[in-house]
Parts: sequence; C-alpha cells; structure tokens
Amino acid sequence: MTLLMINGPLIIGISFAYLGLLFAVAYWADRRAEQGRSVIAHPSVYALSLAVYCTAWTFYGSVGRAAESTVGFLPIYLGPTLMALLWGAFLVKLVRVCKTERITSIADFIASRYGKSQLLGGLVTIIAVVGVVPYIALQLKAIAWSFNILLHYPEVRMPVPGDLPLWADTAFIIALLLAAFTILFGTRHLDASERHEGLVAAVAFESIVKLVAFLAIGLFITLGLLGWGGPTLPPLTDSPRVQALLEPSVEPFADWFAISLLAALAIILLPRQFQVTVVENSDERHLLRALWLFPLYLLLMNLFVVPIAIAGLLAFPDGTVNADTFILTLPILFEHPWLALLVYIGGLSAATGMVIVETIALSTMVSNDLVLPLLLKRWQRRQHALDPGRLLLMIRRGAILGILILGYLYYRFAGEAYALVSIGLISFVAVAQFAPAVIGGLYWRGGTREGALAGLIVGFMMWVYTLLLPSFAKSGWLPSVFIDSGIAGLDILAPTALFGISGMSEITHGLFWSLTANILFFLLVSSLREPNVAEISQAGIFVDESRRIAIGSAPLWRGSAEIAELMRLAERFLGATRTRNAFTDLARSRGLDSPEQLPADGATVYFAETLLSGAIGGASARVMVASVTQEETLGIEEVLDILDEASQIRAYSHQLEQKSRDLEAATAELRAANLRLQELDRLKDDFMSSVTHELRTPLASIRAFSEILHDDPEIDLEQRRRFLGILVSETERLSRLVNQVLDLAKIESGHAHWRTEVVELQALIEQAVQATEQYVHERGGRVTLELHPTTARVWGDRDRIIQVLVNLIANAAKFAPQGAAELRIRLTDVADQWRVCVTDNGPGIPQQELERIFEKFHQTATGGAKPGGTGLGLPISRQIIDNLGGRIWAESPPGKGATLCFELPAHAANPSDPRPEHD
Amino acid sequence: MTKRILIIDDEPNIVISLEFLMMREGHEVHVARDGEAGLVAVRAHRPDLVVLDVMMPKLDGFGVLEAIRADPQVAATRILMLTAKGREAEFKKGLALGADAYMSKPFSTRELVDKVKELLDSQRES
Repeated sequence: MTLLMINGPLIIGISFAYLGLLFAVAYWADRRAEQGRSVIAHPSVYALSLAVYCTAWTFYGSVGRAAESTVGFLPIYLGPTLMALLWGAFLVKLVRVCKTERITSIADFIASRYGKSQLLGGLVTIIAVVGVVPYIALQLKAIAWSFNILLHYPEVRMPVPGDLPLWADTAFIIALLLAAFTILFGTRHLDASERHEGLVAAVAFESIVKLVAFLAIGLFITLGLLGWGGPTLPPLTDSPRVQALLEPSVEPFADWFAISLLAALAIILLPRQFQVTVVENSDERHLLRALWLFPLYLLLMNLFVVPIAIAGLLAFPDGTVNADTFILTLPILFEHPWLALLVYIGGLSAATGMVIVETIALSTMVSNDLVLPLLLKRWQRRQHALDPGRLLLMIRRGAILGILILGYLYYRFAGEAYALVSIGLISFVAVAQFAPAVIGGLYWRGGTREGALAGLIVGFMMWVYTLLLPSFAKSGWLPSVFIDSGIAGLDILAPTALFGISGMSEITHGLFWSLTANILFFLLVSSLREPNVAEISQAGIFVDESRRIAIGSAPLWRGSAEIAELMRLAERFLGATRTRNAFTDLARSRGLDSPEQLPADGATVYFAETLLSGAIGGASARVMVASVTQEETLGIEEVLDILDEASQIRAYSHQLEQKSRDLEAATAELRAANLRLQELDRLKDDFMSSVTHELRTPLASIRAFSEILHDDPEIDLEQRRRFLGILVSETERLSRLVNQVLDLAKIESGHAHWRTEVVELQALIEQAVQATEQYVHERGGRVTLELHPTTARVWGDRDRIIQVLVNLIANAAKFAPQGAAELRIRLTDVADQWRVCVTDNGPGIPQQELERIFEKFHQTATGGAKPGGTGLGLPISRQIIDNLGGRIWAESPPGKGATLCFELPAHAANPSDPRPEHD
Repeated sequence: MTKRILIIDDEPNIVISLEFLMMREGHEVHVARDGEAGLVAVRAHRPDLVVLDVMMPKLDGFGVLEAIRADPQVAATRILMLTAKGREAEFKKGLALGADAYMSKPFSTRELVDKVKELLDSQRES
C-alpha cells in the first residue's frame, strides 16, 4: 500500500524533527514578542494553549475508557466545559488578582492569599508534586508505548515493560530529552510571572497538531465503519463486547458527577492549567474567547472517541490489544504508516506539551516555595556570595530534571499497575484538594492560614489513604488485603469503603472523603480565630479585588526602608537592567525623574515585593524585602484603619469641603460687616456734614447781623430791635441744635439716663400742651384734646415722654397753616396699648415721606417755617419711644392733614408689676 | 448805578440780612424762597446778579445754576453761590457748573458786599 518503511531511525528522526519544529515555533514567537508583535496576543492562541489540558491521557486514554464504558470518558471534558460556560466570572476574578499580585503558581497563590505563608506554599508544592508526578509518568508511558508499538510496524505487538536496562529504556531517554527541552523552553528568564511567549505559542501549535491527528484517525475509522471507503471492519453483531457496550445501561453514568466536578476543578488547579490560564494570560479579554473556543475544542477532540473504540473492539476481538492503543494500532493493522506516524506525532504532541508546561509550573513552585525559603533562612544568617539570580535558575533547572526523573521512576515501578485513566484521575483528586483554599480564598474573608493548612493536610492524607495506598496495593507493594480491610484489619477503615460506605467507585469515594474532610477542616479551623493582620491584608486584595483596584494599591505596610537597598535586592534576582527599568517606570508614574527620588514608603516597598514575587514567589519575596527593611508591626486596629483609608480620605476631604464652606461663610460675613461699617462710616459722614450745615446756617445769620449792627451805628431803632430779635432766636436755635445733637448721641450710644416710673399720659399731655402753649399761640393755633377717661398708666420716663409730646405738637404747629392752626390730640386705648395721636390741618405728608421724616435732618419738600426745626426732633422722639418699648409713626390721609402717633404698652394697675424691657 | 439783585434762599433770617445789605448798597432786591421760585424770578426780573443758596427744597442751588446757564436769555447773569456745606468738592462743583463766585456760610458781610460789587463791575466792563 505504501513505500514507507517505518523503522527506529525514522521514528527518532521524525520525533526530533517535530521537537525541533516546536522549538522553532517557540523561538519565532519569542523573537516576535521582542519586536513587540506578539503572536500570543491573539485570543484564539490563548484558547488553544488551554488545550494543553488534553494530554496523551486524552489522546490515547479516552478511547480506552470508551471501550469499557462508552460515554464514561465524557465527564472529564464536560466538567471544564461547564466550568467555562457557567463560571466565567470566577476565572476573570482569578486572573485579575493573579496579574496584579504577580502570582507565579498555584502554590504562590495559596501562600499569598493566607498571609504569604511559606509553610503553606511548601505544602501546596509537595501535594502538587506528589499528585502530579504519576500524571507525568503517564505521559512518559504513553510516549514510550507509542514509540515501541510503532517500532514494530507493521506488526501489532504490545510492549513488554521493564525488561530493558535503564540506558536502553525508551521512557528514560524520553524523560531526559524532555527535561533538556523544558529547560531550554522554560528557564531562559527568571521572572516566572513574565509570560513565556514562545512556550505558549508552541503549546497552541501542539494543540492544533494533536487535534488534526485525532480528527484524521477519527475520520479514517468512521468512513470504514460507515462503509464509505475506509477500512473494512467485521460487522458489529459479531462482537459480544461491542454488543454489551451498546446495551443501554446506567453504569457509565455512576461516576459522572464526581468526575465532572474533578475535571472542572482540575482545569484551574492543575499546575499546568494554572500556568497557561492564569500566569500566561496576556489579556483578561482573551478569556471571553476561550470560554467558548476551548469547549468547542474539547467537543471536536471527543467527536470520534466512540467510533474508534467500537472499531478497535471489532478489529481486535481477542482482547490482546490494549484499548488505550487503539488509535495507533488501528492504522498499523490496516497498514497506513503515514496515518500511524501522524497519530504517533499527535500523541507525542499531547504528551510533550503537558510535560513541558507541567514541569515548568512545578519547577517554579519547587524553587520559589520549597527550596528558596530554606535557602533564605540560611542567607539571613550569613552573607551569601553566590549570585541569587543564577542560583535560582539552577534550582529551577534541577527541579525540572528531578521531577522528570521522579516521573520516570513512578512509571518504571508503578506505571503498569493501573490503567492510564485511573492514574490521571488520582492526580485530579490530589489537585482538587486546593479547591477549598483557592475558591474560599477568593470569596471568603474568614479563611486563615491554619484553616488552609488543616484543610490541605487532612484532604491530602485522605487522598493518600483512599487512593494512593490502594494504587500501591494494586501494584503489589502493599498486601492486597489492605484494600478490603484497611489498617489493622478494621473493615470500617477500608480505604475504598470508609466507615462502611461502599457502592461508590474508588474515585468518587476518594474525592468525597478527601474533599469533605478538607472543606470541613478549612472552615472549622478558620473559624477558631479571627484572621490576623497579614491575612486581613491579603484577604482585602483577593476578595475585594475590584474595590482595591478602584482605590489603587493599598499596601498595609509601615516602617523604614531605603530605596537603594530595595533596588539592590531586586537587582540580585532580576538583573540591573530590568530592575532599573521597573523602578524608573514606577518613578515616572509618580511624576519623578529617577528611581533614586522615590520615597521608600509603603507603596514602593509593595512594588518591590510584587516585582520580586514574579521571580521568587510571594512568600519568599516578603521574607527578602523584610530583610532589607524595618517593618513596624501593625496592630489589628491600625490595619482596619488603613483598610478604611479610602473612607478616611473621603471623610477628610469632606471636612476640607466643610472648612472651605465655613471660610466662605466667614468671608461673606466679613464682607457684610465691612459693608455695614462702610455704611455706618458714610452715615456718620452724612451726619457730620448735616450737623455742620445745620450749625453753619444759624451761625451765618448771627455773624451777618452782628456785623451789620457793628458796622452801621445809624440803623434806626426799629430795625435794630428786629435784628437783635433775630440774633436771639438764632442763638437759641443754635443752642437747641447743639443740645439735641448731644441728646441724640447719648440715646443712640445707650448712655442716656432713664428714670423708670409709672406715669399717667393724661397728665403728661396736659403738661406738654402747657409747655407749647406760647409757641402755638404765636402761630395763631388752637389745641383740642380728646382724652380717654380711664387713667392711662404706662412705664416710662416722665421728662422723655413730655419731650416727645412737645416735639409732636411743635411739629404739627409748624406745618399747620399760619394763623389757623387746628391741632387735635387724642388718647385712645388699642388692645393693651395706649395710643397718642397729634393731628394738624396742614398740607399733609406725601406717602413716600412718611417714614423719612424720622431720619435725621430730613427736610420735607414742603419745607417749613424756619428757623423752627432742627431736623432732629422726630428722630429723637423715635429713639425715645423705641427705648420705652413702643412705636411711633406718621399717617397722612389725603386732605386731612398729617397725624403723628405713638403707642406705649399699658401698665396694669398693680404697681408691683415688673417694668417692661426697654432699657 | 442801581442793579437788580435776586436772592434765592430758604433761610428767612439770611434773606433778611442779605436784603438789608444789598438795599444799603442801593440795589433793587428780589427774593425767592426755593429753587423753583428762584428760576421763575430770574426769568421775570432779569437780575444782574443772583445770590444763590445751595441747600434748598424742591430744586437745589446747583439745579438753579445749571438751568440759568442753559437758558440763553438769562445765561449771562452773574451768580454768587452761598453754601453752608463748606466742602472743597462743593466749591469745585459750583465753579465747574458756571458760578462766578462761591462763598461759604457764615460769610463776612464786608467780603460779600465787595464780591457783589466786583462781580457787578466785571459785568459792566464786559
């Protein structure tokens, strides 16, 4: 059918060529990244890289599982699909937190979340290594088997394990090769949080290769099954195994829930999945593409599993060919060497992809969370001469080699005991132990370091007891009676049926017990005490990721540090250039010219710690930074205070706003007061000006007549007498004016002396009329009194009230027509007031003047008979009445003259009444 | 030579003194008690000189001054302003509006008589 001769050198040559191609892809992607044209910036590349989930276990093992239980292989892909479709928000939150915190691995994540605990990081690393090494062994086994099967082409022969010396064992050689390859791929840079662009590109490429290979063999088989030109297979009815398989049965569904759950957790928690999904994520938006593209990939990958399984069962009816190898043995059987080679390369792809990414992830954990903390303890004691950056790379490379050798050893000694799928599932249960700490850590503030430790330890121990030890027993290392009777022969402790609960599959049973115990201890131990400072701080970062980003980084750190020390520390791990660049960027973002100007405050220390976290993990970074800084211990109160910083700042700014409003109000008050002062100043000026004017006027008359009389002795007697009369009246006017000005000033300043007594208004009115009788008579006037018969008693100062009455009477007389003045004085009671009104028969007062006549020196437009008034009589009257607690006003109904009235509170007959408030 | 003098002032005693002084000089004297009446009197009697008070009801001295200067028929009338407000600003305002002389109250009768004589003479020369 073909001229191709498959032999050892060809397979080895093709394998190397393929690995070389992978390396070329990785190299090309790295170069592109350096040029700023990243290939992995494409969301589809990210989604394809997630398909590193599909390992050789998927590639070969799915068919094996389908051959046993048809759809039993499906939940391993259903779980991640459900996870992607139903819980995208969790993935987004996880990716976001890890990016801001420069999380390098699942161990780093858990350690960082619970107060950057080195112990926790170490424990997670150990669990991951122990749990995942069998899984790596599985890949080695797959490569070795496929190589050996292909080697015997065109004969279909199952390899016989363990019969070769070490140096000739394909698996051992493969392990070493993969170690070298991984070291080349994964440890070129130190900073593990920096994305491995080449690695991701190569993984995405591999995902395409394995999918193409699987679809190719799938199509080939399906065409044959359908009779469309593919291989001719015996009819289905000839095989009792196929018949049994196709019988309707619920048995394949027994493990569905447990395995779906396991797979859903594994898609995140497996170290390699954490690596590609979280650490290598270059853009959070890529997740959106992955959420549908990745499930689609899984669907395609599973499309032909059942037909291939059926074809295998039909083609190899005697059961001597392992179902796990069907996709490779079928093309060999039907002599399709190219297809067989393609399948081999697909399997190689799936296995190498998994091994490379997994070992890189594990080596980062081993170096950052296991070895480095131990080294740091030594370094703290004495000066370390070795370049830590180089040392770290050496550790990482050593870890890669060590893990692969462990994987090989596991394969060599335990790998034959179990079917491939079972080893994979045992690994899944191991990493599922991280779930409570991770998911709880992102959504629950109450988790503590001890809680996480307790949960992990108990869960891990349950895993060892219910799954790992039975697998050892099945490998013959432990007496097989252990599986059924447990320790000390107690049936109740049987590892596969704890406490008598049986009927579940081993995996479901192990998962149930380990995860239940894990969650229980995590919650219980966490609730034993309140989270401490470091845990609250980290909980804030992880749980309230969205809030924290809104506030900006809020490092809970206080102490003293030196920027030079921090930079020297970072240089030791990251090199001078990268450190310089990173700190320069930070300085620029704060508006500073050079890193040396950076304040060594909490934010800078936090930055240095995060920067270092990318290289050596969060827990180690904290220890290293602490070694060059003096941190002051923060009390729980202070931490809560700082966590509330945002609200404090809000409160502070609120206070500032309040202060500024107060200042504005004070300014406004000052401005108003200033205006009032200016107004008072103007009023004083006006008053002085008016007083001056009023003084100058009589003075002018006095001076003029004095000079006339003095200069002219021949003025006749009549004239002389008239002039002397003017002199006298102007002099009186002058002295009256001076007295009134002083009087007004006294009242206004509050220094006036007030006698307080009960007075009767009737008597006072009569006295006032008497006092003005002469003046009114001179003007030819008449006064009419209309007084209330009841004695009108008020509190007051007799003389002052008379002064008011005289002013009103004189004012009325002045404005009444000369020679026909009719004055009317009325006393009435209004409510509990006594009212006195003085009315004249003059021209009245215009409406707009009614209030102004009480202003000082106000001159009515109608004028008046000068020199009668001083312009101060009514203002003084108003001051007096106001002081006595009454009011005074003017009325002027048209054509009825003017009326000036005042009211004073009536005083009850009882003389012991308290005086009203008027002084 | 007899001149016509108009006194516009609301202070009766001042008016009496001014009237006496002007009549003693042999002038014909008219009197108005407020600004409005003063304007009417100016147009009616065509005085040679007006003695004009500033602070008056209805229309103050500045208003009267402006009206006289604005009326071509009486615009040439000599005007001597008297004010009880001895402020510099008032003097300047009065002179700016076209007063021929400005004196403050209380005034010296001799100075006033001399000033009136001077103003009347300057009119004759012009």
